[in-house]
Amino acid sequence: MADSTTLARPLALHWQQPGPRLFAAIKGSLFLVCLLPLAQLAWHILSGAAVNPIEDLTHGSGTWTLRFLLITLCVSPLRALGAPGWLLRLRRMLGLYAFFYACLHLLTYLWLDQFFDWAAIVRDIVKRPFITVGMLAFVLLLPLAITSTDGWIRRLKRNWGKLHRLVYVIAPLGVLHYLWLVKRDLQSPLIYAAILAALLLWRVWRYLRPTLAARVK
Amino acid sequence: MFPCEITTMLIKTLTDRLSAADITPQEVYLNRRQFMAGSAGLLLPVSAIAALPAAKSPLSTSEKPNSRDDITSYNNYYEFGTGKDEPALYAQRLKTRPWTVTVDGEVAHARTFDIDSLLKMKLQERIYRLRCVEGWSMVIPWIGFPLADLLKQVQPTSRAKYVAFETALRPGEMPGVARRVLDWPYREGLRIDEAMHPLTILAVGLYGEVLPKQNGAPVRLVVPWKYGFKSIKSISRIHLLEKQPPTSWNMAAPNEYGFYSNVNPAVDHPRWSQATERRIGEFFKRKTLPFNGYGDQVAGLYRGMDLRRNF
Ligand code: HEM
Repeated sequence: MADSTTLARPLALHWQQPGPRLFAAIKGSLFLVCLLPLAQLAWHILSGAAVNPIEDLTHGSGTWTLRFLLITLCVSPLRALGAPGWLLRLRRMLGLYAFFYACLHLLTYLWLDQFFDWAAIVRDIVKRPFITVGMLAFVLLLPLAITSTDGWIRRLKRNWGKLHRLVYVIAPLGVLHYLWLVKRDLQSPLIYAAILAALLLWRVWRYLRPTLAARVK
Repeated sequence: MFPCEITTMLIKTLTDRLSAADITPQEVYLNRRQFMAGSAGLLLPVSAIAALPAAKSPLSTSEKPNSRDDITSYNNYYEFGTGKDEPALYAQRLKTRPWTVTVDGEVAHARTFDIDSLLKMKLQERIYRLRCVEGWSMVIPWIGFPLADLLKQVQPTSRAKYVAFETALRPGEMPGVARRVLDWPYREGLRIDEAMHPLTILAVGLYGEVLPKQNGAPVRLVVPWKYGFKSIKSISRIHLLEKQPPTSWNMAAPNEYGFYSNVNPAVDHPRWSQATERRIGEFFKRKTLPFNGYGDQVAGLYRGMDLRRNF
């Protein structure tokens, strides 16, 4: 009994404040875990199991772009719920993975769907609201990806945080893109919409809480 | 979703191996069927598998048909779920025997046909292109008979201007109908001249055997010059009438799916282009042909009609 408490304390400490080597191991593992969707997609396609591989690539990469956006948005609420502080230091990687899958998604569209027929692509962007909105989300992701380096964080100082609030626009655009493209069954996009709404409402609540508390007094 | 994808993937890789082996095809199908049934958690009677002798037809295309695997594992059949892989997994629950098709309305002799009598019609193989409204296509070796052969037996009256079709509605066997993705039962319709056209068939088989359940067993419509959703599956009723009948996708989104829904590269779906298509199994896209390449035979049905308005 006594043993278990003496054992548990250092474990809990490691969890709260991992040393540099443990943190590097956590970060490295997360890096690999985030590649699993890509590995699964690649295996699915290369094994010949896919009947319509290009559709699966478009859908898989799009779905994972959206999922990584939402996972990135989960970091702050998890932190507030008592998750250890180092989680914040992993957020950048999660955001960059959203960008990575977005690039894959866009490239699939540009290459395997349109075969770089730029006239048709421009027509598509102008004419089809779901493509317009998806493209807008991607363009807005660009400055976030570019300014994700340490150098840019230093240079932009407080403005960096402000700039990166663009994700509050990008994620809803991603959900809207999904809602507008489904043929009939709205179930999955609505599930993503509900999760996003919860994540954003939590932020509104956190922002308004001091004002509300003051008013009650 | 993830584990489910992986399971179907495994099943597919394994069954690909099976069909790759050079043993008699019938045995392969049997094995595969038993394997799939077992892995889906239900054992179906193997008696459902029967070879269907059918005559060749000059109306068949000479293009290479897609593999049986492609045709039976990538389906739109919302009664069994909206995922392309769901019909293959869940349609096995559908009881396709006993089965009857009632043909009534504006006819001299309304009749209810038993599926066995439909299987005894003069069957032909019809290898047709199928173009889905979603932008993909396949080549499918159906077995069936002209719808006209059936309609002639009930003698449509002079007031029979349209033909309405209905899919069976079996909430206990169709997990997808628990959600109102569409207004069940699934309904489709044709103008009488479209219905009587020699290209229009009722299919009861595929690749030399009775129709697999995910493809619309025991009897489905095939209208090769229209988008795939017009070719209604698992038909339980055919009703002839004077007025244009309501149809499922048109009711769901009238601005996106018209009553005619002829394949037309010049009229885009409001949300995506219809100019090109991806033939399943091919890397590059093909240009979509007017009336899915059947214009020579069917364009005359629409002479004088504005096909942009009647899309
Ligand atoms: C941050 C940006 C984006 C996100 C989050 C996103 C997300 C998604 C999602 C979730 C899907 C549906 C997957 C499924 O049905 O399982 C999808 C499909 C699709 N997306 Fe995106 N997307 C983005 C940007 C883009 C861009 C820039 C383009 C092209 C210019 C694009 C083109 C498409 C296409 C063509 C489809 C398939 C539509 C269909 O099946 O009819 N997306 N995307």
